Amino acid sequence: MDKTVNQKAWFLVLPVLVLVAFSAVIPLMTVVNYSVQDTFGNNQFFWAGLEWFDDMLSSERMWDALARQAAFSAIILAIEIPLGIFVALNMPKRGFWASLCLVLMSLPLLIPWNVVGTIWQIFGRVDIGLLGYALDKIGVSYNYTQDITAAWITVIVMDVWHWTSLVALLAYAGLQSIPDAYYQAAKIDQASRWAVFRYIELPKMAGVLMIAILLRFMDSFMIYTEPFVVTGGGPGNATTFLSIDLVKMALGQFDLGPAAAFSIMYFLVILLISWVFYTVMVNLDKREGN
Amino acid sequence: MAKITLDNLAHSYLPKPAGEGDYALKELNHVWADGEAYALLGASGCGKSTLLNIISGLLHPSQGRILFNDHDVTAQATAARNIAQVFQFPVVYDTMTVRDNLAFPLKNRGASPDYIRDRVQAIAAMIGMEAELNRKARGLTADAKQKISLGRGMVREDVNALLFDEPLTVIDPHMKWELRTQLKALHHEFGHTMIYVTHDQTEALTFADKVVVMHDGRVVQMGTPQELFERPEHTFVGYFIGSPGMNLLDAEVSGTTAIVAGTEVALGADYGRPKGRIQIGVRPEFVTLAAGDTGLAVTVRRVEDVGRHKILRCDFQGAEINVIAAEGQAISPDMTQLIFDPRAINVYADDWRVSPKSPAEEAA
Repeated sequence: MDKTVNQKAWFLVLPVLVLVAFSAVIPLMTVVNYSVQDTFGNNQFFWAGLEWFDDMLSSERMWDALARQAAFSAIILAIEIPLGIFVALNMPKRGFWASLCLVLMSLPLLIPWNVVGTIWQIFGRVDIGLLGYALDKIGVSYNYTQDITAAWITVIVMDVWHWTSLVALLAYAGLQSIPDAYYQAAKIDQASRWAVFRYIELPKMAGVLMIAILLRFMDSFMIYTEPFVVTGGGPGNATTFLSIDLVKMALGQFDLGPAAAFSIMYFLVILLISWVFYTVMVNLDKREGN
Repeated sequence: MAKITLDNLAHSYLPKPAGEGDYALKELNHVWADGEAYALLGASGCGKSTLLNIISGLLHPSQGRILFNDHDVTAQATAARNIAQVFQFPVVYDTMTVRDNLAFPLKNRGASPDYIRDRVQAIAAMIGMEAELNRKARGLTADAKQKISLGRGMVREDVNALLFDEPLTVIDPHMKWELRTQLKALHHEFGHTMIYVTHDQTEALTFADKVVVMHDGRVVQMGTPQELFERPEHTFVGYFIGSPGMNLLDAEVSGTTAIVAGTEVALGADYGRPKGRIQIGVRPEFVTLAAGDTGLAVTVRRVEDVGRHKILRCDFQGAEINVIAAEGQAISPDMTQLIFDPRAINVYADDWRVSPKSPAEEAA
């Protein structure tokens, strides 16, 4: 088919360009702008070059927050992915109970993040919270406002409670797409339960699991609301993750320059890791296709 | 290798079947001889796969027993029955190599590594995949995958029976022929009891010693291809086997004659006075078109030349009658009469064949 050349067609993409400009490019450039300037107030800025980036890269505070962030993401992935798969494997395949499970599992995903934080904040309180009070009564020392371990456990359990459903639902969708003949063939071949998981279920779930890992990684790496509501980043800085630190720096201390440099590096790290995930996924698909 | 006995077997997918109509598989009593190759033939949804899955133990029957060599296995799980089954769509373990796929059933049963290696090599040669043994099964074409499935089905030598559930659906036509020939060769060599489900009559007739025709959850006939052709026990067999299928005409039968819409047709034997809805059936191969006024008066609607012979589509008072004529036979406008070969006519009462009382000489 011959294509007509019509340069006016470019105007048709203009609305999108405008939207993207206002939603992404301009705000991001504002941050870039701040990151290379310094100010002493009065809305007077002067050029600072890459000084803030240098500062940030040598700032122990940022590296500590990054380490905490990485540890948090690693821990919740290590729990949520296997747990989600386990839950999906044990969910009913069809009928009333399957629907009920799906509804119940979706509930945590529908609760606003700050509400989740509030729920757990109260739940864990030793004076009035069911969990905190009960633990205290049976003699377990638990106080997430003072004890670092307790704070971490609370934040992690909260995230697992909130997001394991997502992994389970994705894995469940992957499992549902496996034709019965595979399980029947496995029975004929006398495959063990482990072999069925290892050679049938896991390979068929690989695609959706990659998506689950990617989503959970990005979300957990940007987590702010829930730990902020529960621990406020404490005790001390024990649960101060990157976002919490960034907000403290940008809005609490109003250090616009360093915060902007911080933001950009934060953004680049997420971009980089997502790109790695994406590449791995695409390669998996390619292997599937050839 | 085993004789398979179906004793009073029936199955319904409903928890509380009320009438006969609720049964996907109606009561069956059959013995499948050890070492024979059977084809299970029928239209989609007639219960073939249900029966196959009951034999392999993937499905538990609602009633009745199933015996291997007179030993009741109804309660046994699939693995314990030692059955091999190949499904309609390829089932391969994507992340394994072709070699590991073929070795999988043997490994799971704890065969020795030497035996596994030799056996896998032999099977790979049989399905023509020796070159791909070390390749991952993921990404192979559908027919290569199905060959692996077939290979996995054949890799165990000691199985009680080999079941195939329309295994060649996804295979290229020329490869179909080749694989079917190999399956037959395998059958000759090892003498496994084989059951081959298909809805393709050519496949059934070329593969099997005995063809089991199923219709509406019932086995309507079990016999050699020749028996199915000459003496279909049920109108469905007549119509389903053959191309085109048997011509069926409503008739009144008394003794050695049938009256079809006022015209007398001689029968090859004395059928007495059968009751119910009476039809006579005659295959297109045994109908000739002739001039004169001695047969059924028809209008020839269409002549289809299919190569080796011609198919004449004739209209007899609104009903279609097919005739197979030799390729060289000339068809002229004055040929308006159909003559049936009396010995090839079967009489059906309510769809089931009526056995003649005694061969009547005068009609022969």
